Amino acid sequence: MFQVKNKFIRQLFGSFMDLLPILVVIFVFQLVILRQPIPNIADIAVGTAFVVIGLTLFIQGLEKSLFPIGETMAYAFAKKGSLLWLLLFAFSLGFGTTAAEPALIAVADEAARIAAEGGMIEKTDSAKNDYAFGLRFTVAFSVGFAILLGVLRIIRGWPLHYLIIPGYIGVVVMTFFAPEAIIGIAYDSGGVTTSTITVPLVTALGVGLASAIRDRNPMTDGFGLIAFASLTPMIFVMAYGMIL
Amino acid sequence: MMLLNEVLSTLLSTLRDVAPIIFVIVFFQLVVIRRPFSHFKNLVIGMVYVVLGMTFFLVGLDKALFPLGTAMAEQLTRHDFINPTTDQSISIAWQDYYWVYIFGACIGFATTLAEPALIAVAIKAQQISGGTIKAWYLRLAVSLGVSVGIALGTYRIVTGIDLYVFIIAGYIVVIIQTIFSPKLIIGLAYDSGGVTTSTVTVPLVTALGIGLASSIPGRNPLMDGFGLIAFASLFPIMAVLAYAQFAEWINHRAQLKQQNQEGE
Repeated sequence: MFQVKNKFIRQLFGSFMDLLPILVVIFVFQLVILRQPIPNIADIAVGTAFVVIGLTLFIQGLEKSLFPIGETMAYAFAKKGSLLWLLLFAFSLGFGTTAAEPALIAVADEAARIAAEGGMIEKTDSAKNDYAFGLRFTVAFSVGFAILLGVLRIIRGWPLHYLIIPGYIGVVVMTFFAPEAIIGIAYDSGGVTTSTITVPLVTALGVGLASAIRDRNPMTDGFGLIAFASLTPMIFVMAYGMIL
Repeated sequence: MMLLNEVLSTLLSTLRDVAPIIFVIVFFQLVVIRRPFSHFKNLVIGMVYVVLGMTFFLVGLDKALFPLGTAMAEQLTRHDFINPTTDQSISIAWQDYYWVYIFGACIGFATTLAEPALIAVAIKAQQISGGTIKAWYLRLAVSLGVSVGIALGTYRIVTGIDLYVFIIAGYIVVIIQTIFSPKLIIGLAYDSGGVTTSTVTVPLVTALGIGLASSIPGRNPLMDGFGLIAFASLFPIMAVLAYAQFAEWINHRAQLKQQNQEGE
């Protein structure tokens, strides 16, 4: 085997290997099962090259910026020792990144359509817009709350599952009371809130905090922020559906 | 020319997504921590890489994979593909949708492997654990979880079983696994549920769900199309916990063997 010295080229190759399974699945299904030709081969080739370059740049940038930012800020806050500011930072980060999340905007609009069809709200555009905006605000608030709670957990050293399991029970209990139309959206909203840029930042923040505070293990205590951020929106969105 | 336009408009929307994050970071760094950024130049270069990377990634997906992927999801769920005979009186049973389950499983697995957020968490986990957790194995475990999750999720849409039945059952399994898992892995396992479904997986899986729900009589695409993401975020937790238990079991057996050999 030849040795590739250049890190960037090695990473390009790695990104291509990451993408290869998708290409294989799509080609096999298109040619063998659907028995149709592949349309726009040129577009697919250009697009694939773009994805590979994009993924490579993203991973390089990750180690240069998102990881160090999250970690150094965690250290700075730990050194400063002001819990209030740290919690405020955690909340802002969760709230700010979620409120503008495109996937969430799409889901909220979809949810407003369902609510209008189900007769939960009026079928006017302004009613739908209000509903979608309220939903987005609810989810953003719940993610802010989740990161805040997760940071507090790291500082206090509470075991993660002591909080997650009651959270699950909360989701189950809410399911029985929430209007049926909102359950699917609520469950899905947990998954769409955490974007590609937020995840590395928040992960680095948690791991950084756990390394900066004495008696905390970055492995057991550092992870878990994302878990909160995908759990609380389910509860809050079902609550939103019940109140409206 | 069109390509350039597409790149520019995606670049703008990526910048808009990043803006609130940068605003929060800069505000707290300057107003609260009150210290200039260390390695400022590196951070800026890194941020440019991230934004450009996301832009190319999204434009590329839009050009290459999403049109074909969504078209395939629609074709695979179409009535005449599931039931090629002209006799419409033959009703379709859930088994007839087997290609849909297989496609769901394959595409869920493949897209999760390429998910940038998961790659980020896996890199971090490998660094923190000092290499005990291999980034590649973690990604493989999560992808397998998503694959099972999507297959079951499409099965649920076909049969019309209530979503919460699966989710509650899933939670119970996760809680039981948590009790028996090595404590080190729990945080990572719970996190991996949230990171699986972002840029690549969501659009393809949503197309599959909505296509499926609109092709089956009696299903409302608006209501039954949802829920696949929930499956895709629940099953990776089980997969990662199972991976940890399996790794521990292997280690344990190896140790026992060694002890036995030393005893002889």
